[in-house]
Amino acid sequence: MSEATGRQAQPAAAPAIGVEALVGLRTKKPRSLWSDAWRQFRHHRLAMAGSVVIVIIAVATVIGPFLWPIKWNYFDMAQSMLPPSLAHPFGTTDLGHDIFARILWGGRISIAVGVFAMLVAITLGTLIGAIAGYFGGFLDSALMRLTDLFISLPSLPLLLLITYLFRDRMAATFGVEIGMFILIVVVIGGLNWMPVARLVRASFLSIKEKEFIEAAHSIGVGTGAIIVKHILPNTLSPVIVAATLGVAQAIITESSLSFLGLGFPPDIPTWGRMLFDAKDWMSFAPWMVLFPGMAIFLTVLSINYVGDGLRDALDPRRMYT
Amino acid sequence: MDRFEELQQAVLKGSLSRREVLKRAAALGLSASAIAALLAACARQEATPTQAPAAATPAPGATPAPATPTPATAATPTPAPAAQRGQGGLLRLLWWQAPTILNGHLAQGSKDFDASRPVLEPLADVNDAGELVPVLAAEIPSLENGGVAKDGTSVTWKLKQGVVWSDGTPFTAKDVVFTYQYVINEATTATTVGNYTNIQSVEAVDDHTVKITFKEPTPAWMGVFVGPYGYILPEHILKDYVGEQARNAPFNLNPIGTGPFKVREFRPGDVVLYDLNEKFREPDKPFFAEVELKGGGDATSAARASIQTGEVDFAWNLQVEAQVLKQLEQAGVGRLIVTPGVSVERILINMTDPRTEVEGERSKLGVPHPWQSDLKVRQAYALLCRRDQIADQLYGPAGKATSNILVAPERFVSKNTKWEFNPDRAAQLLDEAGWTAGPDGVRQKDGKRMEIVYQTSINPVRQKTQEIIKAEFEKVGVKVQIKSVEASVFFSSDPGNPDTYAHFYTDIQMYTNGPSLTYPIDYMISWWGDESNIPQKANNWSGNNIERWQNEEYDRLFEQARRELDPDKQVELFVGMNDLVIENVVEIPLVHRNGVSGAAKNLENLELSRWTSDLWNLANWRRSG
Amino acid sequence: MTRYIVRRLLTAIPTLVAISMVIFTILALAPGDPLAEFAVNPSVPPEVRQRIRKSMGLDDPIPVRYTKWFTSIIRGDFGYSFRSRSPVSDLMMQRLPTTLYVIGTAYLIAVLLAIPIGVISAVRQYSVFDTVATTLAFIGFSLPTFFTGLLFILLFSVKLGWFPMIYRATIDEPGLRGLWLKIEQAIMPITVLALFQTAALTRYTRASMLETIHQDYVRTARAKGLSELTVISRHALRNALIPVVTIIALSIPGIFTGAVITEQIFRVPGMGSLLISAINDNDTPVIMAITIIFSALVVLFNLIADVLYGVLDPRIKYE
Repeated sequence: MSEATGRQAQPAAAPAIGVEALVGLRTKKPRSLWSDAWRQFRHHRLAMAGSVVIVIIAVATVIGPFLWPIKWNYFDMAQSMLPPSLAHPFGTTDLGHDIFARILWGGRISIAVGVFAMLVAITLGTLIGAIAGYFGGFLDSALMRLTDLFISLPSLPLLLLITYLFRDRMAATFGVEIGMFILIVVVIGGLNWMPVARLVRASFLSIKEKEFIEAAHSIGVGTGAIIVKHILPNTLSPVIVAATLGVAQAIITESSLSFLGLGFPPDIPTWGRMLFDAKDWMSFAPWMVLFPGMAIFLTVLSINYVGDGLRDALDPRRMYT
Repeated sequence: MDRFEELQQAVLKGSLSRREVLKRAAALGLSASAIAALLAACARQEATPTQAPAAATPAPGATPAPATPTPATAATPTPAPAAQRGQGGLLRLLWWQAPTILNGHLAQGSKDFDASRPVLEPLADVNDAGELVPVLAAEIPSLENGGVAKDGTSVTWKLKQGVVWSDGTPFTAKDVVFTYQYVINEATTATTVGNYTNIQSVEAVDDHTVKITFKEPTPAWMGVFVGPYGYILPEHILKDYVGEQARNAPFNLNPIGTGPFKVREFRPGDVVLYDLNEKFREPDKPFFAEVELKGGGDATSAARASIQTGEVDFAWNLQVEAQVLKQLEQAGVGRLIVTPGVSVERILINMTDPRTEVEGERSKLGVPHPWQSDLKVRQAYALLCRRDQIADQLYGPAGKATSNILVAPERFVSKNTKWEFNPDRAAQLLDEAGWTAGPDGVRQKDGKRMEIVYQTSINPVRQKTQEIIKAEFEKVGVKVQIKSVEASVFFSSDPGNPDTYAHFYTDIQMYTNGPSLTYPIDYMISWWGDESNIPQKANNWSGNNIERWQNEEYDRLFEQARRELDPDKQVELFVGMNDLVIENVVEIPLVHRNGVSGAAKNLENLELSRWTSDLWNLANWRRSG
Repeated sequence: MTRYIVRRLLTAIPTLVAISMVIFTILALAPGDPLAEFAVNPSVPPEVRQRIRKSMGLDDPIPVRYTKWFTSIIRGDFGYSFRSRSPVSDLMMQRLPTTLYVIGTAYLIAVLLAIPIGVISAVRQYSVFDTVATTLAFIGFSLPTFFTGLLFILLFSVKLGWFPMIYRATIDEPGLRGLWLKIEQAIMPITVLALFQTAALTRYTRASMLETIHQDYVRTARAKGLSELTVISRHALRNALIPVVTIIALSIPGIFTGAVITEQIFRVPGMGSLLISAINDNDTPVIMAITIIFSALVVLFNLIADVLYGVLDPRIKYE
């Protein structure tokens, strides 16, 4: 008996919430979704801690290089492979670069590449996944086959081809550094959107059949609004995971691109590159790998907690946890 | 001891293969000498069924005959104490590039030459001193013994008697003639054909004499049938696989040779397993019964496996950064073997203008570089290269600073050159040339800024070299942009790709080069000014003169050296050519590179040579203690 | 459903043809040279290298090369490797067992670890277990395999001497000792890969579990007095699995192509190292064979994922 009511309760509850939410959104103007979200976010301690760390790292990489007396590209071979000390808080490299200066400078590029490449991947993936999942049919089929194609592409020759076709052109149009940056971000983003697309589509397939969407349809909400306001927020959690993992992946991928001649000029340090270059020194100069590794880890971990906080904050069902 | 006798019986009856014996014997915990005795029995057993007609070699096995004295006039490998064939068990080799084909003439990298060498042999090989050592030849031809014709147009080789292929067929002069026909056929697309194109004919005078006639006097006759480019192929196996069929021969994956080993299993791109060749002409060799040549991975971990943990007995070509190598060796159970190399890491200076496009090509002959065509600027560049620092800090045992482009063989090395690091003098030269510092510190003249692009292939040591040189250049106001290109693109012969070393669409570039023959005429062609030798659109960028430097004096010396037979004159010519390139600062030699290998401390008799494959002397390798 | 599957399988064929065309074109246009090593070797003059390029057909027009490849592939012939002249199928068969063993085991371990860890992390959100799992997952994901692989070698091969650092696929020792040798040498590469895979999968499982356990029907299930275990395993997990299934289905084809970096570090002769060396050598027949099988697996596993969505959530319909 109780089981039967339980079963009935389940479908009944969903539209109720859906409508309530809709009504809520339409009537109570002063409490917007965003101010609510911010209030909740502030209560999420780990998310706040993550934000603070990210802000510190970001500020350090932006203004740090101006404050720190040693330049990132200055090296002195007489000072090579020194362990951390007051003069060199993170030690020095095999050529005698100050690792702290390089972490600061390289962080600009690594964070920017990580975040922007992730944004490209997430935007592309969400767009394609949403369209495919919502409309289905031919559109779904075509977009998913496109996804299959992109998954199947052998990345190494593709990257070499892209380098060959676009490196000099981009450098000529935007200058070496900016041109490379755009190229790298587009390439990393353009090769990593597929899991996001599949994830978003899968969620769409499931959510678009739910009762509250039916309800939204029935009260005449437009297609665009349904996709953006009603389904998309419900697909956020896998997307946020994909985004945080995507940042880490992009930072590391950037370092491997430079081995194909696609990255920044080889004398510019980025975190991934510093980690790669230092790997053979791991056993006798561990600080050379420790600090770039820590930098990547801290950044990614903080972004993850911020992501967690955002997700909780944007979830209408969960209040003040 | 029962089990041992059982095993011995089985061996004698021939019911067990040699490999099986090894395994079981090892399982029994037999001593090395007991295993060797078993193997000897085994070898005898396996040799009998195929009694080769010309098997003049004494039955290999039980009583080890004293090593047949090699009739070499040149230095022979130090005679090792008499040892028994196969006594050494398994030898583990590590190549960080994996072999993909076992026919040296179709090799696509030195790994393939190396992996075919235990099986295939040339007439002679070249030891580290640059002397020829007979392999399939009975003696080395010379002017004195009449082997080399007085006019330098022909060479006659006498071959060893009684050599058989590992399938029992006798090896004769016909195989040598066949090898020539195989290689020279264009459709075969042999990688080694370059050394054979100056040949008029190869004839078998009798079964054991071969005469090679050249189109013109050829002091570089040792490029033919010698060393890695000269492996002799068996006619009876490959006669139907010449030309277009060459690539389909099963031989390419499972070669039949005259060498000390034969292939048991080959997995392209991974590993080659060799067993000793019972029909090898020297009855007491090889010392090792089995060889495993594992391929793949990277040089640093190869160094670890050979000198730090001892997981392998020998690791090839350890191109590892100096400090890493030093640390590994300190902790190690193995040793580093350093062989002075033949090649030089150098900076090439473009004489033509890489920025201006003329008729669809840049860096075109006749369009001089706006500042690098001025000798003073080039001299300033050279003064800014701190060669000792690069050599010591980045190369360590793998290189030393040099002022020459020709560093081997010893007799051709110039003593007239020197190098200097002197930024003040460099700045002064640039001022004299009219390139003075602008408001932002970058030197300029007539509205042109001295900004150069410096390219090389992707490789950690090269990128660090770039960084060191860039720093010094920028201190005196020459702005440097570093560019690194993926190695397979940079060294590509693809006429369509502008990033190759031959297109040279940058101001300076860096890589290693050196001679492959002991008469290094093939290398000195790199500065020959003939128009056909200059990479350009018309010849699909296939010339050797990468800097597009032309100098009549050099061309005269080069053309004379091509046919010069007098040893003293040869020295004069080669030293002269080297000095011209250095005086004119066409290239800035940085580091004379050495070969570095890792080996177990008890591995002996390697006799590594800069002129040939590391495995050339494998038949004589030993493990002591 | 059957009609849907049949239709999908039929569309797979033109999809694969289109994919093969795109890949072939990319390969043909991508720069590189199989004989780059001989570039400055005076004994191998540039003319010779160009002739060899030509003999491999690298200079033929792309449509001609593609047609040649396509006509042999429909006869089931993958052709011969340019480099070694072995049939491509032989090369792949040499590599496949090792790949399935090492990479397959790693993925299996990752799935078996990640789902329970992810679920517990979600159910006990912000507990000590969750924080530790999250931190470990991000260490696992921030550290690339070239780093962890090397760390393992330094620790377990160099320092402790427990495991060999070189993988040998040719071990033919009989009995238990042979078996142990085979297991021993695979431990490090499997662990490195599994660590990386587990890290990512844990995050997805946790996130989607978090999403579902706050749904009303889960609350209802709890409210009606079902045990926590039943609620989690029967009601929440099933609905949470859709993203997890997506990610797993996306990565299974990757088992076939191997793991390039890990294989390189431990010298595992798997499909990844075959592919990467083929790419470096411009060995088109090998690259095409591997990538086309990979694409077929991608198409197949995405179909399987789509079918599984329907099973996990009966509301999902395919028309």
